[in-house]
Amino acid sequence: MRTKRLTIVMSALLVGALAAGCTSGEGEATPQETGPVDLTFWTWAPNMDKIAEVWNQAHPNIHVTVSKQAGGDESAAKFLTAAKAGNAPDLMQAEYQMLPSFVAAEAVADIKADVSAIKGEFSDGIWGLVTLGTDAVYGVPQDSGPMMLYYRTDLFTQYGVTVPKTWDEYAAAARAVHAKDKSVYLGGFSSKDPGWFAGLSQQAGGQWWSIAGDAWKVGINDTATKKVANYWGGLANEGVVDTQAQWTPEWNAALNDGKLLSWASAVWAPGVLSSNAPNGKGKWAIAPLPQWSASEQFSGFWGGSSIAVAAGSKHRKAAAEFTAWLNTDAKALDLLIKEAAVYPAAKKGQSLLTQAPDYFSNQSDFWKVATTVSSTARGFTFGPNVNVAYSAYKDAFDKAVQSKSSFTDALTTVHETTVADMKKSGFKLAS
Amino acid sequence: MRKQRPIGWLPTSLLLLGAFYCLLPVIWVLTAATKSRAELFTSQAFTPGTGLFGNLSDLSAYRDGIFWNWMANTALYAGGGALLATVVSSVAGYALAKYQFPGRGLIFTTLIGGILVPSVVLAVPQYLLLAKLGLADTYWAVLLPSILSPYSIYLARIYASAAIPDALLEAGRIDGASETRLLRVVAFPMMGPGMVTIFLFQFVAIWNNFLLPYIMLADDGKFPLTVGLYTLLVTGANQPALYNLVITGALLSIIPLIALFLTMQRYWRTDLSGGSVKS
Repeated sequence: MRTKRLTIVMSALLVGALAAGCTSGEGEATPQETGPVDLTFWTWAPNMDKIAEVWNQAHPNIHVTVSKQAGGDESAAKFLTAAKAGNAPDLMQAEYQMLPSFVAAEAVADIKADVSAIKGEFSDGIWGLVTLGTDAVYGVPQDSGPMMLYYRTDLFTQYGVTVPKTWDEYAAAARAVHAKDKSVYLGGFSSKDPGWFAGLSQQAGGQWWSIAGDAWKVGINDTATKKVANYWGGLANEGVVDTQAQWTPEWNAALNDGKLLSWASAVWAPGVLSSNAPNGKGKWAIAPLPQWSASEQFSGFWGGSSIAVAAGSKHRKAAAEFTAWLNTDAKALDLLIKEAAVYPAAKKGQSLLTQAPDYFSNQSDFWKVATTVSSTARGFTFGPNVNVAYSAYKDAFDKAVQSKSSFTDALTTVHETTVADMKKSGFKLAS
Repeated sequence: MRKQRPIGWLPTSLLLLGAFYCLLPVIWVLTAATKSRAELFTSQAFTPGTGLFGNLSDLSAYRDGIFWNWMANTALYAGGGALLATVVSSVAGYALAKYQFPGRGLIFTTLIGGILVPSVVLAVPQYLLLAKLGLADTYWAVLLPSILSPYSIYLARIYASAAIPDALLEAGRIDGASETRLLRVVAFPMMGPGMVTIFLFQFVAIWNNFLLPYIMLADDGKFPLTVGLYTLLVTGANQPALYNLVITGALLSIIPLIALFLTMQRYWRTDLSGGSVKS
């Protein structure tokens, strides 16, 4: 989202080094643990060291040391580099979309034997993000980002807009709002946020990747996703949705000054809004995303991460034990919510959230709505080269937005680039 | 009486424009650092805000004052690394300039080649090497690669061959001084201004280095400022980026550099003008 050029340069460097890099010798089973073990844990969640301290107090035999990292794609590249050097931490926070690339690089361990007991703690959609639709389990879900519609209640009233139930209503409202005031938009389309678009595609039922036996199937330009691309392409070319990049100061200002009336975003948005649009405090509310058909009720995920155990870890069993505790134990979940400001993936954790975020003090049922939305989020499998697909998205949709050309063509470009890259990297593709 | 030289309006205005262009971002950082979180994106770009002290105390309070830890680490990496690099470069440059030995031309050509390789490209291989030695995620991981700098050796060689007359070394030898003594008593003092240049160059390079420490270090207690501030900026999806802290941190991080340049300026000026008065 931010520091784009740096991302590209660093990813290129790190990946290049991996291609030329050495092989790592691993794969042997972990022997039974005796005596105290030390685990290192890379994470970017705030205050995780305090949570680990609680674990350390209760478990003298397994000591967890937290190394705070920066988030984002660079941290994934850093982890892969460390894994190749045989120097990876025992535990790694892995965003769902990065996990398959870790699996493909054989950098994370299958911890099925140690964590299969806690499968029931998570919804199927979320659990699928860490199994990738296979029999293995590559991590334990920590947080999730079900998508909802954030909107300005006061401005909706002012412009005479009711909360759209379907995307058709959303389009009509977008036209109506922009017709009343040319400087105001109902919402935006972001060509810079592939994760956002992926979430909306999930809602429509898109399946960008899937595993069939030992082969990958890529469906980025499937019917559902085409529908989403076509819809936003229409609105963008009409000029009734805002197409400026999210996360820029201008975008912050638009949110803050009430030039953007709504934002289709994930459950973590209150943090962003409270810091970037402080003037809107108490004026925003949430509703489920508009639906593709009035009879449906679906959502998708934007963001979220799991905790994976490195394949090179000498203490896999202990590490798996810790990650299971961290993400399912009631006390740990409570700490995750309070200290790390995480929206926990575990069902139990979601029920621990009762008091609405400060910014949403006007909406007392904030978490109730969020939990309902979360349960409607559709499952999804990410592929091993999400980074390639995501940068292709940014390139292709940037161009499509600039030149007001077809969004479905842009989607096809993303699809073809992704498939070509997978072929080149030697993945087996189902025809 | 000498006639006063007319002011060249064109060069002056060009230079002023250049200065404005360079200083504008600094002024922005300065004003932005005074803005509180709420003011940052809402007030005019160059209007000072009211949150400077709030930002400073927030930054100092962040993770129990880890920012000052980063500051100390950066000072250690940049100070220690630059000092070691200066010593190594000066000795190497002096040897290359003043001794005839087989392979001297080859070494020097290789060094020139080394200048052309950006250090960024070497960061990952260096990481793989140091990880094999078990030195990754230690202070040495950042210090060791900073010590060798082909460009500094090149500078030292150029400077040594220009600043130290062969006759002087010859005289020393006739008087019975050993080669180490010559280096210490004759060569180093004469290379002083050149060494200051090397020190400053290396210091700034290490102070600003990002990729090497980013790859090498895992524990944020060992991070330098660049990597530390980056963790504040890229905080993961569910956390807002701490823009106001990053900006305040960036402002604080340039103060030592400015102080260093102001104090070492006079040595440096000697150096830059040194060549022009050679007889």
